[in-house]
Amino acid sequence: MARALINAPAKAKHGEAIEIKTMISHTMETGFRPDSTGRPIPRDIITELVCRYNGEEIFRAELFPAIAANPFLTFFTVATESGTLSFEWTGDNGFSATESVNITVE
Amino acid sequence: MTRADGMSQRTRRRFLVETAALAGAAGLALRLDSDPAGATPASMQAAIRNVAGEAKLNKGRVKIDVPALIENGNAVPLTVSCESPMTQEDHVKAIHVFTEKNPQPNVIGVRLGPRAGRASVSTRIRLADTQKIVAVAQMSDGSFWSDEVEVIVTLAACLEGA
Repeated sequence: MARALINAPAKAKHGEAIEIKTMISHTMETGFRPDSTGRPIPRDIITELVCRYNGEEIFRAELFPAIAANPFLTFFTVATESGTLSFEWTGDNGFSATESVNITVE
Repeated sequence: MTRADGMSQRTRRRFLVETAALAGAAGLALRLDSDPAGATPASMQAAIRNVAGEAKLNKGRVKIDVPALIENGNAVPLTVSCESPMTQEDHVKAIHVFTEKNPQPNVIGVRLGPRAGRASVSTRIRLADTQKIVAVAQMSDGSFWSDEVEVIVTLAACLEGA
């Protein structure tokens, strides 16, 4: 399981736009680099990140090889209710990882 | 000059000419090899059209925030933000980022909604060359807005072997 880090406020005011920072360990092999024998190293990247707030999708990103290793993504969402933010990464070669954080909305 | 000398002169000249021709061909082959599928301004336009269709790309509302001079193209901090009230009626639906000279024009595509609150996305990207970055935002009313910046890259993201 790849290591994933989520940085989001644990508490927020209702209606406030909160910043969510995500990072996951992954080489993001582009598929454009040759190995020592000159053959291209096959592509192995994370292709998608989906974020859900209490089950409802609020953010989706499609990633390409031009995203740097250990993909870092920051985005915003409005704190509507207390609950869970869940994150799901999927990628080449059946890569899949999930992470979730709780948020309390006052 | 003896006859034998003349012969060797001719052979040597021929050898030199042939080697030069071979080297030239090899050089060309190498150059083609090292540029597997480089994105060009044309393929970037095609990728943009793939997202925006025939819609007009308006200038403004979108802002790319990236250092103008990049020392290391392997991880370049990039922020794309959009002016939008982000309400149900008027919000940013999607943001796409493209490059001109990376091996592939697409960089990232994100889907947002009114629940985002603020249309701003940050990530770290790879840049293979000094080039132009273009961001395109799709609004809920169907209009497209764009911004572009020129960046200088001193150390390109490695396309060579590890």
